[in-house]
Amino acid sequence: MAAPLTLLLVVAVTIRAALYRSSLAEVIAERVEVVSPITAWKRVIEGLALLDLGVSPYSGDVFHETPLVIYLFHFLVDYAEITFMLADVISAIALYLAVKEYNKQVVRKKQKFALEADRYPQDCLELIRSPKEMLYIPLKVAMFYLLNPFTILSCVAKSTCGLNNAVISLFILTTIKGNALLSAVFLCLATYQSIYPLTLCAPAMLYLMQRQYIPVNYRRASFWWFVVQYLFMYLGSLFVLICLSFFLLGSWDYLPSVYGFILSVPDLTPNIGLFWYFFAEMFEHFRLFFLCVFQINVFFYTVPLSIKLKDHPVFLMFMQLAVISIFKSYPTVGDIALYMALLPVWSHLHRFLRNIFLVSCVLLACSVLFPVLWHLWIYAGSANSNFYYAITLLFNVAQILLVSDYFYAFLRREHHLIHGLYLKKKDGSEATLVLK
Amino acid sequence: MHSYFWLLIGRWEATEVDEAALGDSAADKLGVRASDTFVLTPTPQPKDDFQEELVIRPLHSGDIYASFQFRTLWETDFMRENKVSHYRLFPKSLGQVISKFSVRELHISFTQGYWRTMQWGQPFLPSPPGAELWVWFQDSVTDVDAAWKELTNVLSGIFCASLNFIDSTNTVQPSASFKPLGIVNETDHRFLRYATLPREIVCTENLTPWKKLLPCGSKAGLAVLLKSEKLFHSSFFSQTVHIRPVCQDRECKTTSWELRQTLNVVFDLHTSGQGKREWSLFKMFSRTLTEACPLASSSKIYIDVTDNPQEEYFELSPATPLLSQAVVLGDRRTFSVYDLTQQVTFGTVRSLNLLIRWKSTEGDMLRPLLHAERYVAGYGLQTGEIHTVMYNNHPFRSFPVLLLDSVPWYLRLYIHTLTVTSKGKDNTPSYIHYQPSKDRMRPHLLEMLVQLPPHSVTEVTVQFERALLKWTEYTPDPNHGFYVGSSVISALVPSSVAMDTNITQEQPLFSSFFPCKEESSYFVRVYTEPLLVNLPTPDFSMPYNVICLTCTVVAVGYGSLYNLLTRSFQIEEPNPRLAKKIANFIRRIRGVPLLS
Repeated sequence: MAAPLTLLLVVAVTIRAALYRSSLAEVIAERVEVVSPITAWKRVIEGLALLDLGVSPYSGDVFHETPLVIYLFHFLVDYAEITFMLADVISAIALYLAVKEYNKQVVRKKQKFALEADRYPQDCLELIRSPKEMLYIPLKVAMFYLLNPFTILSCVAKSTCGLNNAVISLFILTTIKGNALLSAVFLCLATYQSIYPLTLCAPAMLYLMQRQYIPVNYRRASFWWFVVQYLFMYLGSLFVLICLSFFLLGSWDYLPSVYGFILSVPDLTPNIGLFWYFFAEMFEHFRLFFLCVFQINVFFYTVPLSIKLKDHPVFLMFMQLAVISIFKSYPTVGDIALYMALLPVWSHLHRFLRNIFLVSCVLLACSVLFPVLWHLWIYAGSANSNFYYAITLLFNVAQILLVSDYFYAFLRREHHLIHGLYLKKKDGSEATLVLK
Repeated sequence: MHSYFWLLIGRWEATEVDEAALGDSAADKLGVRASDTFVLTPTPQPKDDFQEELVIRPLHSGDIYASFQFRTLWETDFMRENKVSHYRLFPKSLGQVISKFSVRELHISFTQGYWRTMQWGQPFLPSPPGAELWVWFQDSVTDVDAAWKELTNVLSGIFCASLNFIDSTNTVQPSASFKPLGIVNETDHRFLRYATLPREIVCTENLTPWKKLLPCGSKAGLAVLLKSEKLFHSSFFSQTVHIRPVCQDRECKTTSWELRQTLNVVFDLHTSGQGKREWSLFKMFSRTLTEACPLASSSKIYIDVTDNPQEEYFELSPATPLLSQAVVLGDRRTFSVYDLTQQVTFGTVRSLNLLIRWKSTEGDMLRPLLHAERYVAGYGLQTGEIHTVMYNNHPFRSFPVLLLDSVPWYLRLYIHTLTVTSKGKDNTPSYIHYQPSKDRMRPHLLEMLVQLPPHSVTEVTVQFERALLKWTEYTPDPNHGFYVGSSVISALVPSSVAMDTNITQEQPLFSSFFPCKEESSYFVRVYTEPLLVNLPTPDFSMPYNVICLTCTVVAVGYGSLYNLLTRSFQIEEPNPRLAKKIANFIRRIRGVPLLS
């Protein structure tokens, strides 16, 4: 499998290198869909320029990346293109290895169940993938990530979102490999970068417990012992990172400038998310209330999803990534690319998806309409902000439908695995499944 | 109360000016402190002095530049423990402001129109379009921001202007461009505040309170010429107030407070003169002069006749034998002087109506050595670039200039895109002071020291990004655009004649405002045009719709996830039809087997 992967990497790097050399790179770097006020490369350069002038980059409201990023690029600013390509390659390889490992476990689990016999109804065999069918899934995941136009745009714009994705991919890899310490460290890095990955704590702990055969039962001491261990590692590394950032710049200015900025959404630059127009049009005395409502949305689904999906932490991880990228305050297409890369892992759900065709069409149409309506609003002056806003709404509805469709399909497959694929009514006629 | 007291003493006839502006304290009015008042203190009487002058410079474009200067000097100390309570020539409203807010220097200008340096040359005292206010506080002030806030509100009331719109989002603390103009003992820029309101519109309501500050009001002296219906029918109008402590003598043993009020106006005589190139005081101001202000120690009119030594360009009547020379802005100028304190000036008709009649339209002006312009480049509402172009017209001398830019936060400057080029080459500034903006808190401040090579054009560019604001943050006419205040360029320009560094020597007022420290150069401040920048706007009619639609999308997300989280899959059992249900119900009552 190494040869196709290598070929894929070469193709992906070539495309990126070619785009860096073209005049498109500058245009892409200015696109509001691709870069947000946090991740824009222009702002990272500005932060470095401010440091050179002897001004704290956090004294102004242009730079909002974390101190580690600015120190990373303090040394790597001349190799930025290579760094971002490398970040994409690392993400792809990490996802590839993670999915490979995950599939191995799925097969092993299936064999275990097969031994137990009678576990699955007979007619469910067609729902279960053979190892042969699963052979190309890791490669597909890597391909979905590397050749996704969203990832390519994000990389060519040098959006620091690529770095965040690499960290999250490494987190997924280390979690699936069962390394609790590294998992906690990478999760903490991801949280440090953008707060929201905090919600990935739950799937990580569920997965690691599953691997170590610790029952997910709050009455058991071993459960709590593991939770405390993991949280200790996580909070410990977070503490180290925050102190390190403090010592790098010698001030706590970065806390309000990075995390306050993410949470209070003062910058209303248009993006593909739901926040910008909503808070531009918000009545001032309701602002705080709605800010809380919108921010809670990201964290809110963690507990019910963890309960519902406690046996399937990897799917939970996918759901969480999708929820984050839809409801975060400054989303970019790079965030979407990450959870979309995981779609091939769930290719066996396709038979239960209800409106995948519609959703794909809407997503494609919106991706094309974003630049068109932006041009009409900002440059031609023949449209107004409502046009662009309408497209962001549609794009987010499509994403929500996509995620909930996959969730539905997953739950339905689980139901069929237990109750058989061809359900019969009491009178023997063919039955239809409904949610009640 | 006090005027009564002074009348009793009989020293001089007291003239209380502008008591109404801030009002006497109630205690004084009620005479509670009468006993204090009648204790004759042996302190020497404060010396004060008032001078007025009008400078008229015929411009080569055919316009007329008239500059009024009124100076009140008062040897007193506002910062003394017991408050200064007796005012004679100095306006009480401003005196109280100085002592209440511990102001060391106060400079305020209101300007309508833009000074065209290339057509009109340098003004005696430059000012940017709109309102400009800069204040140095005493170093005893602990909370400068609070004092500044209160001071702007008080001044707003005194001058009937929108100075109360000065807040932290348009106030900066320049580190080098605005040094104190009076006596200096400390220049820590923490005590300096500078703000401009480029959108401010100046009109009669600002002129009236300004005139009230004069000892003679607009009743006598040069101020009778200040009629708003004529002054505002002009190409350029600017009124300023400058308060600073100055030295009385060379050793600077005693200091006094100087209040300088100036009013500059440029009349466009092409449009109002019906094609004839001639003007007179009456034509310009619809008044003639009949007397000097009785309180003034000097009252003069200067007419710049440097370019007209043989009367080849214009003819001036009535003629005056008095000629005076002064070094103004690096150039020795000759002026015809009319002294209004001399009765002979008014002649037999007891009224002075100066008249200039042009003979030829030719003549070329000395090009100003330094001028600047500014514009926004780029298209669309996402990004843009500010270009500031500075011209050094000196044929062989280079000189440094300090450029100050204060840009509002909603134009996000990217300092790494800053380029300075002269003659096609990079010209790295030797000093850069940059303070990035904070959203809704403070503006960008960019100050830099650039060396302008001789006979060159220096271009400073910096890119910016336009922010989308909250819908309530837009001005009432958002598609008109947002104003960005003028850049300020301060420079020491090489002078062709030796400058006068002797501050104590009697000089005309208009030539002695900026202190001159060396003979070889003179200080010039140039303001560029303010910018008008468009920002992207949301749809202002849509707040309810947007709130509803966005919340709907969030609800769709919540609903579909909630649905899947709380419900479980079940086999659908079709409901029996209603008729069958009723039939079965009846059959159950009857005890008959049910229908299946």
